[in-house]
Formats: sequence, C-alpha cells, structure tokens
Amino acid sequence: MEKGKGVMVGSVGRRWGIDLSDNSTSPSSRDFLDPPGFSRASLDHDDSSLTRPTKDAESTWKSQKAWEVAQAPFKNLLMMGFMMWMAGSTVHLFSIGITFSALWQPISALQSLGKIFEPYKDTKVELLGPKLLFIALNLGGLALGVWKLNAMGLLPTHTSDWVSSLPPALEVEYSGGGINLG
Amino acid sequence: MAIRVFLISLLFLSFTNLISALYEDQVGLMDWHQQYIGKVKHAVFHTQKTGRKRVLVSTEENVVASLDLRRGEIFWRHVLGTNDVVDGLDIALGKYVITLSSDGSILRAWNLPDGQMVWESSLQGSKASKSILNIPKNLKADKDDLILVFGKGCLHAVSSIDGEVLWRHDFVGESIQVSHIIHSADVILVAGFVGSSEFYVYELNAKNGELLKNSHVALPYGTFGELLSVSSDVLVVLDDTRSNIVTINLKNGEISYNQKYIIDLIKDSSGQAVILPSRLPGMFALKVNSHVLIVKLTNEGELVVVDKINNAAAVSDALSISEDQQAFAFVHHGDNKIHISVKDVNDWNGDLLKESIVIDHQRGNIDKIFINNYVRTDRSHGFRALMVMEDHSLVLVQQGEIVWSREDGLASVVGVTTSELPVEKEGVSVAKVEQNLFEWLKGHVLKLKGTLMIASPDDVAAIQAMRLRSSEKSKMTRDHNGFRKMLIVLTRAGKVFALHTGDGRVIWSILLRTLRKSEVCEHPVGLNIYQWQVPHHHALDENPSVLVVGRCGPSLAAPAVLSFIDAYTGVEVNSLSHAHTVSQVIPLPYTDSTEQRLHLIIDVNQHAYLYPRTPEALDILKREFSNVYWYSVESDNGVIRGHALKSNCKAVDEYCFDMRDLWSIVFPSESEKIIATVARKSNEVVHTQAKVMTDYDVTYKYISKNLLFVANVAPKANGEVGTATPEEAWLVIYIIDTVTGRILHRMTHHGCQGPVHAVFSENWVVYHYFNLRAHRYELSVVEVYDQSRADNKDVWKFVLGMHNLTSPFSSYSRPEVTTKSQSYFFTHSVKTLEVTSTAKGITSKQVLIGTIGDQVLALDKRFLDPRRTLNPSQAEKEDGIIPLTDSLPIISQSYITHSLKVEGLRGIVTVPAKLESTSLVFAYGVDLFFTQIAPSRTYDSLTEDFSYALLLLTIVALIAAIFVTWVLSERKDLQEKWR
Repeated sequence: MEKGKGVMVGSVGRRWGIDLSDNSTSPSSRDFLDPPGFSRASLDHDDSSLTRPTKDAESTWKSQKAWEVAQAPFKNLLMMGFMMWMAGSTVHLFSIGITFSALWQPISALQSLGKIFEPYKDTKVELLGPKLLFIALNLGGLALGVWKLNAMGLLPTHTSDWVSSLPPALEVEYSGGGINLG
Repeated sequence: MAIRVFLISLLFLSFTNLISALYEDQVGLMDWHQQYIGKVKHAVFHTQKTGRKRVLVSTEENVVASLDLRRGEIFWRHVLGTNDVVDGLDIALGKYVITLSSDGSILRAWNLPDGQMVWESSLQGSKASKSILNIPKNLKADKDDLILVFGKGCLHAVSSIDGEVLWRHDFVGESIQVSHIIHSADVILVAGFVGSSEFYVYELNAKNGELLKNSHVALPYGTFGELLSVSSDVLVVLDDTRSNIVTINLKNGEISYNQKYIIDLIKDSSGQAVILPSRLPGMFALKVNSHVLIVKLTNEGELVVVDKINNAAAVSDALSISEDQQAFAFVHHGDNKIHISVKDVNDWNGDLLKESIVIDHQRGNIDKIFINNYVRTDRSHGFRALMVMEDHSLVLVQQGEIVWSREDGLASVVGVTTSELPVEKEGVSVAKVEQNLFEWLKGHVLKLKGTLMIASPDDVAAIQAMRLRSSEKSKMTRDHNGFRKMLIVLTRAGKVFALHTGDGRVIWSILLRTLRKSEVCEHPVGLNIYQWQVPHHHALDENPSVLVVGRCGPSLAAPAVLSFIDAYTGVEVNSLSHAHTVSQVIPLPYTDSTEQRLHLIIDVNQHAYLYPRTPEALDILKREFSNVYWYSVESDNGVIRGHALKSNCKAVDEYCFDMRDLWSIVFPSESEKIIATVARKSNEVVHTQAKVMTDYDVTYKYISKNLLFVANVAPKANGEVGTATPEEAWLVIYIIDTVTGRILHRMTHHGCQGPVHAVFSENWVVYHYFNLRAHRYELSVVEVYDQSRADNKDVWKFVLGMHNLTSPFSSYSRPEVTTKSQSYFFTHSVKTLEVTSTAKGITSKQVLIGTIGDQVLALDKRFLDPRRTLNPSQAEKEDGIIPLTDSLPIISQSYITHSLKVEGLRGIVTVPAKLESTSLVFAYGVDLFFTQIAPSRTYDSLTEDFSYALLLLTIVALIAAIFVTWVLSERKDLQEKWR
C-alpha cells in the first residue's frame, strides 16, 4: 500500500490519513526517484545568483511606491478642506467631528511614519525625500485642522479665554451691617 | 478651550431657555405649597344640622377663613390687605359671614358656603376710634335685620341683606370713647367714657337712630382698661389704681355706680388685676397674678367670688346651649396636662364637662378658647373646644382627644435659613430597596408603559401618583444633587420649625424658652435666624446648628436673647439672655476649628460682642482685626456711618470691642430720604470676574461684597403713589463702598418715587420704582465695572501667568469704576425681589419677582442687560443679547408658582443645590411655597422623567439585534462557501 507519497494508517478502524507534506527535500527519506529532467538543485537558488536588472527594477518600483505613499495625504488634504468648507464655522456635532478627525488623522499618520514606509525600506532606496514630503503634507493637514479650530473659536487666543477661568480676587476687608434690626 | 466649549454650549442652552414652564403633570413633583391662616383672633362656629360643620375664623394675618370642623381643612379663605385689619367677625341671617375691617370702615358680607362676597359697604367717619361689630338677634327695622357697627366715631345701622346704611349717628362732636353698645327691642344704648372718668350713655331709637336721651355721670376716680358688660344693664371696669372694681348700673335710664375692693374678694391680691374680656352672663373673670377669679353679680348687685382657678390659661365666652342654659369653658394647666372644664353659668356646682388632655408642650400655653356644643345621641350636651395656642397653632379638642391641629404659626415667618440633612449611613437604603423590589419593578414597568404610550388611563393615574409620592425626595438624608435640605424658619410666635424641602413636612419644632413670655421678658420678639455651625470636615460626627437672635421687647434698648439650636434634633443646645442689647448681627466670613461661624453682635451703644465666646475665636478676630468694618444706616436722620473695630472695651470683658467712626454720608434731609438699602448676600458665589463681550473683548466686573445700594426719594414723595406731582418727586440711587464710604455711583430719576425694591448680586443691582410721568412701574439695572483692570488684555501675560487678577484687593486702592444702566417699564407692582443662586455661580441668573398678585415670576437677567440695543448686531445676537424693548415681557409660563398663589407674600429665599444648574426657591407669606428652578435648564443632569427603562430596553434590543445579525451573517458566509 505504500504507493506514491501516501501513507495509509488504516490498520486501526476506518481512520486514515494522507501525509501530503513534501519531504522530498531530504533525499534520505525518499524511497523513490525524481522524475527525469527534474533537477532538485535548481530549487535551492541563491540570492546572489539573482540577476541585477530584476533587483534594480524592484528598488525603482519601491521608491516609486514610497513617493506615491508620501503624496497620498495630499488627496486627503483636499478632501478634508472640502468637508470643512461644507461643515461651516459654527460649533455642532458634525463640524466638531470633522475637525477632530482632521486633527487626528495627521497625528496618527505621523506616529506610524516608520510603519508606513517599512515595506519600502531598502539599502538602495532613498526614503528621506518621500518621508519629508509625507511629514510636510501631514503637518499641512494638521495646520488646516488647527486653522479650522481657530475659525470655530475653539482656540484660547483671546484674553477672555484665559480670564474666564480665573477666580475673582479676594477682598481684604469685610464689612457688614445695615438698618437696625427689628 | 474646554471653557470656550462650555460657555458656548451654555449659550446654546440659554438660547432655548426663554421660556421654561412646567407641564401639567409635573406640578407637585418638585414643588409644594402649604396654606395657612395665621393666629386666630375670632372664631364663630356654624354647626347647623344641615350642611357641613364649619368654624369661621379671622386672624392676625388678616385672613377670613372657613375651616372644616372635622379635619381642619380650609373650605375657603380670603386674605385681606396688610392694612385691612379685621376687627370683628360674626354670622348674620344664618347665611352671611360679616366682617368689619380697616378700623371699622369696611363692612363685608361673605356667602357662608362658598365664601363669595355678597356685599361690601364702606362706612364713613372721620375720627379714629374703637370699632365694634354687633349683630343683634332680634333687632329689626322695616323687616330688615340690622347690623350695628361702631367705627370711626360713628354708629351705623346697616341692613344685613344688602349692606345699605339705614341710619347713622355721629359721635364725632362728642369726645366720647365709645366702648359698648347695648341694645334692647327698640332702644340702643351707647356707653363710653369721656376722658377716663366721665361716663356717658346715649339712648338711641333703633328704628331711625334718633337720640332719645343722653345722660352721664362723673366717677370720682379714673378707670383702667376696657369696660365689660356683665348683663344688659350692668357694666364693670377697674379703677385707675387697679384695686377697685367699679360696677356701673344703667337700670331705668339712671346711672348708678358702686365699687368694691379686690382685696375683699381675694386675700392675696398683690399683683395687677385685669378684667378678662370674656363675655359671661351675670359674671366676669378677673385675673390676679396667675389666678383667675370668676366673680358673679348677684341680683342684689353684690359681687361674689364663685370660683378661683389656679394656673388658668383662658376663659371662653358664654355659649347658650338651650333656652335657659348657658355654659362657658375655662382651661388650666397642671401636671403636664391641660384641663378643660365646661360649667353652667347658673349652676356652679356641677361640671358639664371635665376633660384632661395631653398637648405637645412645644405648643406652649393656651391663648384663647372657643367652645361649641353638639347634642349627643343620648340627648346630653357634648362640647368641642377650639384652642389657640401660644405658638399660634390651632387645636380642636373633642371627647378628650385632639381631633385636628393646624400649625398656623407658619403663616408668620420672620426669618429663614437652611441646613443640610444628615449624611447617609451605609446599609440603610439597600434594605429598603430590596424590600420593595417588586414595587420598584412594577413602577418601572408602568413607567415604560407610559413611555411607549400603551398605558391605560388607570396606569397613567398610577404613574402620576407614584411620581408624586416618590419616597426618594422625602428621605431624611443628604442626596447627591443637594435637593434635600432642611428649611429652618423662625416664626413670630418664637417657634422654630425645620421643614423638609422634599415634601414640606415639619421635621421638628421647638418653642424657644427664651422667646416665651416671662416675668423678665414681657414682650419677646424673634428677630432673625442665622447659620451658626456648618460642619463639612466633621459632617459625620458633628451636627449643624443655628442661631436665633431675639429681643425682650419692641424697643432697641430691650436686652437681647440668643438661642443655639441643633439643626438635626431641634434641641436648644445653649441660650443666653440679658447680656446686652442688639441692633445688628454681623456674621463674619471666618470660622473656628469646629466650623462655628464668628458673629459680631452690635448693641445700641456701638459696642461689638464677639460670638462664640472662645479664646480661639478671639485669636481669629485679632488676626483680622483691622479688616473688619461695620456700617449703620440711620434712615430717620438720613445718615450712613462707617465704623471699624478700635479696642477692647475693658469695662465688660475681653469679647467686647469698642468701635470708632470712620466716615459718614449725610444726605440732605430737605431733598432726600432713605427708603431702601440693599447689600449683596454674603454667601453668594461668583464664578468669574470677567464679562466677555462680543468680539471676545473682556470687561472686568467690580465684584465687591462691600457694596451697598441706597435709594432715596424726595421727602414730599415719600407717601403713596398719587400724593406727589412729578415735579416734586425724584429718586436718587447710590452705590456706596461700605469700607471707605466712597460713593461709586449716583443717579437721579426725575419724576419717580418709591416704594423701591431692589436686589444686589455680583456686580449688578436691579431695582423697582414708580415713574410718575409715565404712570408706570419701572425696573432699572445698574452694572458696575472695574476700569482699573481693563488693561489686562495681553494674552501672553495670561499664558505666562503674569497678571495680578487673582491677588487680593483692597477698597482703599480706590479702583476706577464705570457703570452701565438701563431702565424698562414693568407692568406689575412688586412685593419683593430676589435672585437665583447656584453652587458655583456659573449658571445664568434669573430675577425672582414677587408680584402684587402673590405670585413669583422668574425673569431672565438677560432682559435686564444694559448692553441691549434696538438693533443688535449679528455678533451681539449670537451672544444672546435681546433687542431692546421699552417694557419687559411677562411670559405667563415663567411664573414659578404656576397656578398657585403664595397669599400674603413677604419674602423669597434662594438656596443653591449641589447640582450647579439648580437653585432652590422658598417663598413665604401666609402660605409657604417651595420649588426648584434651573435658570439655564438642567444641563448637567437627566430630567426626572427620563426613562431609564427605555434606555435599557434599547440597549438590550440593540445587543439582541447585533447577535441575530451576526448569526445570520455567519450562516450566509457558510452558504457562500458551500456554493
């Protein structure tokens, strides 16, 4: 019953299984020959043996991709701007939501800066440019959010914002009295 | 940023808040209303066989009322004006209640069953005199039953059917002080004294008032007190030495008199004798010391003492129970009980009734007793007694039991303060909840039904009843929101009550020993009540206490009495009397280590006495010695003086201080007279010193507690409206710093006059007066701003904290101030003004106006804003500025008393709840009213009718929906995969 790579374990009851794992890499465990013309050695290829033109193409592709990723916030920025314009400058649920998302998106993007450019990390790929662009665009988004906040009057840029929280000054003197009782 | 968001959301909330009314089913949830009548002066029973049994009363609060004899409830009630004092009350024709009021010048008839006025006649007269109402049973003129009224020096015979004056006889020409009217079938005898010894009798024809005869006799001695008629032709009076009883006999038109020494009647007659005004046939009651002698006049004209009652309290009038039987009652105290005896006038040996009852000793002695009889099933006579107690409460006693009692002392509240309830101890409420778990569940199911609108009318009624008697609001512990508190009120009778804010019930009451009539203190008066100790740090082991300040008499020179009462138990912890006089009580803003507040009591000689009398308090005061000031307003002289503490007055003790005069403001007496002064409440909390204008500009409020608003009118225009022309009337208002005596603001309203009512809060004052030119009332607002801080405008200063806005400031720095003001017409005349107060002072304010109609109107402060203009800009509109109109709107939904009236409204007290949005309002007069108001709506809590059950149900439904859709989507996924 030991035909092919199948192994019957059917000696106990009706349970059976087929071991489909390819243990062909270890010739010692092989009890049959490779088909003719099949070279096992060609599978164990070597990185160094890869051709240079392929590698170059990949790194250009990577850097291209990195630039693309770096430019992505720009679209976002435009959309944000449009949505902010739609939301108006009064304070309500919608405008607050949009403004806070406009603030949050750049911040979270900047926090995960390394992760975003991780796939394009390469010794040969120059990532500084895309990164800088990415940061600049996100900062632009952030600025847009802050500008929106200010437009809605939610930034403490006036004296009134600071004074309102100050408790009234205490008085040194105390005076009481009035018309005689009764 | 948060502040801005907060402010803006506040603004939004306030936008929606121009009207804040109640729904009909919310009445009684938060508010309660109690009706009282005051201390009873006269009582007349009406117990005919048919109809409901009732007792008609008139009171010292000028109330005429009809009370249910079974339960003591009010059938109907009329509160007459403060000047319309009721002098007499009786029933005429068996269907009309006749009242004589306003010094005998107004006679009114009220329909007995429903209290509607049938007629009113105003009786003319020119001379002030005693007023007598006499309704004879069988005196007729042209088939018309007559009512005899003596008032303003005239005798009037008034028809009882329509109130028409049939005839009148003027006694103005004679200088007689009429004190008695005696009538027989067709003759009316008017008896009285000229001076104190000339006795006059006028005989008038009952048909037309013609003078038939006039006789007089001169007594060889003066008389004391009132004449009392013993029978139809005998009068008794005391002579001026109060040692003789003078009997005056009017038999057959001849006046004869004789006298008898009191010492012949009673051996021990050392005290001053008084004839009690009880009307008994052939008898009178004479009070000597604490005894009452019942003296009988025999047929031979002899005076015989028939009984001597010790510790007597009151003697009733005689009541005729059958044709030949007349009874009267007297009460006396003994062994903590009250003994009521009813005796037959003619048969002294037997008692018709003798009962002993126990009455709460906090009600004090009995002031008055009125009796009424009924026929028992065995045809014998039973009696019921209506007693007016020392604390002004009313008690009906029948068959040895108290049938009902009314706390009518609460109709005359003198002072109000509040106290927190005890902190909730753990494990108390849980058991209660478990016990009523089923009830609780049922309640919530009902509520849910109501929310889902599937409740039947019965269910709706059940829900409403459940809401009204929610046990939550009347618990005896503090709540999270601070809605449950104790209102501690001092009444004119000298009794202190603690009322629960939840349902208005009396938690405890105490008749203060120090404010009861005694040998040393003849006419004690309660002046005011103050918070003495408010424990925060030791809230679990120390009870709060209040201070009651009183005086032994109406004059300023009478000695002071002080009482300290535990606010939880109502026990008098301590009392002081006769130490010194009292003209001012100043609660200082300092507390000692046990959190007792320091008080200075100023006497008439301008000495200050420090309380509590402990060395620690003395240390605290010494530390702040130079910062404590005092001002006195002498409205008669038109002077306001400022004083400061000088030194210890060595003569008394170390807790007494001398004062020195600092400044005085003397108003020109020929052109100005002080009619009102108002200062800020010392416990008011202000949240911020800045006011944000449009364009984020800032102005600084001048927030000082040492400001006094003074309103002066022209002396000619001091009377009522209409007594002065606009040219000779003016109103001058001042805002004065009471530390330095500096006048911050002065303004004259020409052609205006009082009465002025005002309220001072934060940096503004609102006042109400009459404009003679416009013939309308006006409300004005003045806001005071601090100009010396106006240059604090640089943001960076604030970012870096380089400003001095929070450093303490002194009035001596003479800050530059500016004021803004505006006036508006206001329709109502006003009885009192007050402002809402909240815990942190963030919530916008409402001015509470006690209107002449005895209601309380809440008016947003935004209507009283000097920044209002005719056409506010867009930015100003966004700031909530209302376009200026010449008169203030009265929105009927903003009456916080909704459909109720607080009869005889005298004052409004506001107390902050712990919840910032809410202010507790207590209005008092003859009635009491309490409610909670939220001037900017309850932005910090869910409303009472929020359905938690619906919320829960929604959440459960959502979770179920999530689960179901999840299962469905799984199943769909699986099917997709199999495909």
